Amino acid sequence: MNRRLSLLLAGPVIAGTTLVGCTSNSPSGAGNGELTVTSTATECQVSANSAPSGTVVFKVKNTGNEVTEFYLLASDGLRIVGEIENITPQLTRDLVVQVPPGKYYTSCKPGMVGNGVQAAFTVTDSGKKLEATGDDKALITTATGLYASYVKDQTDKLLSGTESFVKAYKAGDFDKARALYAPTRIYWERIETVAESFGDLDPSMDAREADLEPGQKWTGWHKIEKDLWPPKTGYTALTAAERNSVADQLLKDTRTLHSRTRTQTYTVDGMGNGSKGLLDEVATGKVTGEEETWSHTDLWDFQGNVDGAKVAFENLRPILTKKDPALETSVATKFTALQKVLDKHRKGDGFKLYTELSKTEIKELSDAVNALSEPLSKVTAAVLK
Amino acid sequence: MLGLTGAGAALGVAGFAGGFATRAATADDTTPPAKYPFFGAHQAGIATPAQDRLHFAAFDVTTTDRQELVTLLRAWSMAAARMTAGESASAEETSYDAPPADTGEADGLPASGLTITIGFGPGLFRDASGKDRFGIAARAPKALRTLPHFPGDNLDAARSGGDLCIQACADDPQVAVHAVRNLARIGFGTVALRWSQLGFGRTSSTSTSQATPRNLFGFKDGTANLKAEDPDLLDKHVWVARGDDSGAEWLAGGSYLVARRINMQIETWDRTSLREQETNIGRDRANGAPLSGGTEFSAVDFAMKGRGGTPIIDPRSHVRLAHPSTNGGVQMLRRGYNFTDGSNALGRIDAGLFFIAFVRNPDTHYIPMQTRLASQDRLQEYLQHTGSGLFAVPPGADEGSYVGASLFEGR
Repeated sequence: MNRRLSLLLAGPVIAGTTLVGCTSNSPSGAGNGELTVTSTATECQVSANSAPSGTVVFKVKNTGNEVTEFYLLASDGLRIVGEIENITPQLTRDLVVQVPPGKYYTSCKPGMVGNGVQAAFTVTDSGKKLEATGDDKALITTATGLYASYVKDQTDKLLSGTESFVKAYKAGDFDKARALYAPTRIYWERIETVAESFGDLDPSMDAREADLEPGQKWTGWHKIEKDLWPPKTGYTALTAAERNSVADQLLKDTRTLHSRTRTQTYTVDGMGNGSKGLLDEVATGKVTGEEETWSHTDLWDFQGNVDGAKVAFENLRPILTKKDPALETSVATKFTALQKVLDKHRKGDGFKLYTELSKTEIKELSDAVNALSEPLSKVTAAVLK
Repeated sequence: MLGLTGAGAALGVAGFAGGFATRAATADDTTPPAKYPFFGAHQAGIATPAQDRLHFAAFDVTTTDRQELVTLLRAWSMAAARMTAGESASAEETSYDAPPADTGEADGLPASGLTITIGFGPGLFRDASGKDRFGIAARAPKALRTLPHFPGDNLDAARSGGDLCIQACADDPQVAVHAVRNLARIGFGTVALRWSQLGFGRTSSTSTSQATPRNLFGFKDGTANLKAEDPDLLDKHVWVARGDDSGAEWLAGGSYLVARRINMQIETWDRTSLREQETNIGRDRANGAPLSGGTEFSAVDFAMKGRGGTPIIDPRSHVRLAHPSTNGGVQMLRRGYNFTDGSNALGRIDAGLFFIAFVRNPDTHYIPMQTRLASQDRLQEYLQHTGSGLFAVPPGADEGSYVGASLFEGR
């Protein structure tokens, strides 16, 4: 289980970002032609009333005593070119926008109400070419659409796999259930970021025993895992009634997940962060062998997470190729390198058990994950640029 | 080294008893008193301004003889009083043909603000089978027991528990290490070192004279910590009072020490956007102000709404969940340190926060909060608790007596 991923997809972090204007908070000093904006209770002082076209950075400081916002508006005074919300008193936030030459308005909105304090702003022609937003939009629609189809396909497979798994387990056919466990969970792991965005399903389906909260009832995959691969001492096998109950719940949750993903939509930043999040998940749980405490099938999960991260990345790739080709190449190369290391541990249709890996082999996997994760963590900011 | 003794000891007393509490508290005050006396109403190393370095050690008691244990506590107290005054661990002169009484690596170094704080673990009172080890089980504090399992704990038995603990803090790591080394040496045969932890870069301020330091996540830590300048709050939240536990009145004037070794997932944190980092913490990284605005010490406004009516400070942020308003008004005095123990087998930095807190009662002042943090805190995703300990910290010893006398002498 990974609670971080659910935060990345469901949290407010992503909700506020738009493609045109990416906001960030850079604490370092001004310079590089940055403009400073001071938003008081009644005024909106901008350090200059013009800037050359290209990337323009407004460092907005709120010296008033209410929450304020800052907008860059188009010449009609209505269309928002870039905005930054929720600047609280005395804090400074950056608005980074790419703007073509033309007439604009700057606007602060103390208290977040009313028309705001507007002033004319001119962007002069620096000769720099800006990318057309129309193409970006088409690329985004394609990327997010493809990803939605992928998630639907994987949840289809997860559901049918879980049906067979649950059937074998309930019938007491443990050998079959053990054989189906890892190959079925791989579909879950591939879409873990999405599955975990539904806060209620993740704890019910994927909680590890060590992560349980006091009073929390343990259900889901890992409870069954422990029953299928019981510890040598101190474990009492589940009764038939308990088996049926936990199996039925897992199937019910999987059906809920399946139905919710029919209509789920995605954003490019959600995909970028989700892709990175899947690799974090590998780094935190799989490469340490903590995820599959009893079955030791961590490498199946590992592959699932990598698959899911790769699909999200591949879907974003056309955008990234435009925005940051060097980063695109770096990430692609490192995906290939990681897969190569992982492939060394294939055995039959699956993988070696985690316990069969040497310390050196685990370290090699970890290094490959680090090498990929570092550039991958920059993808979201790059596609939003 | 001996030459420093006389004047230094006198200075130390003045510094602790009245000096630092009444000194003007300014952020640029960089000359704290270099010595804190070992004897006093409370043990030093709790309300003392947090020093920069830590060596924490937990011991198993190996003797079964009560008198041997008491003798050790006397010897520890005596050596601690000397070392905190900047002297060698022992006044004894040894033969040229015997090993020196003091190990020597702190010779020539000043006291460096050394404090030594001694605590008693649950195992001192009863062994694993519940047997009264030294005839003191009936006087065991009710709240002293192994902390419960919190969600996400991955505790290493080799870094947890212990019958006794020593917290040695100093502004010079060599001085702190020297103190633990010599106390461990004195203890051989009576106690065995179970585990220990080095810490650097204090991660909280315990005095308003100190600037707020940063933890390894890069954020200011301890902004809202209890401070030595608030004696009323210390009485309310840190010192055990008479009547708190009728079966353990000997603990009055003492406290409880919660130790947690908290590993940070440094690598994944470093791949997290600043936006996400600040949302997790609830504060601005650069200046430490709450995301509801203001400066570092501005009150946090959890009710403030932003665009769309959603709270500016995430309800699952660390600052929100750790705040007294979320925890029934309780506060704790934190004294944690950053640690880095090299790297692990995966080539990751083995680092984090060695959390130490002093509380009047862990059942009200720590366990409920940690239960909440472990299950709800956004930061929890980047943390793993790998070590744990709970100790009862007796009150300070009178000059000539020893820490623990109130327990063993039946005060």
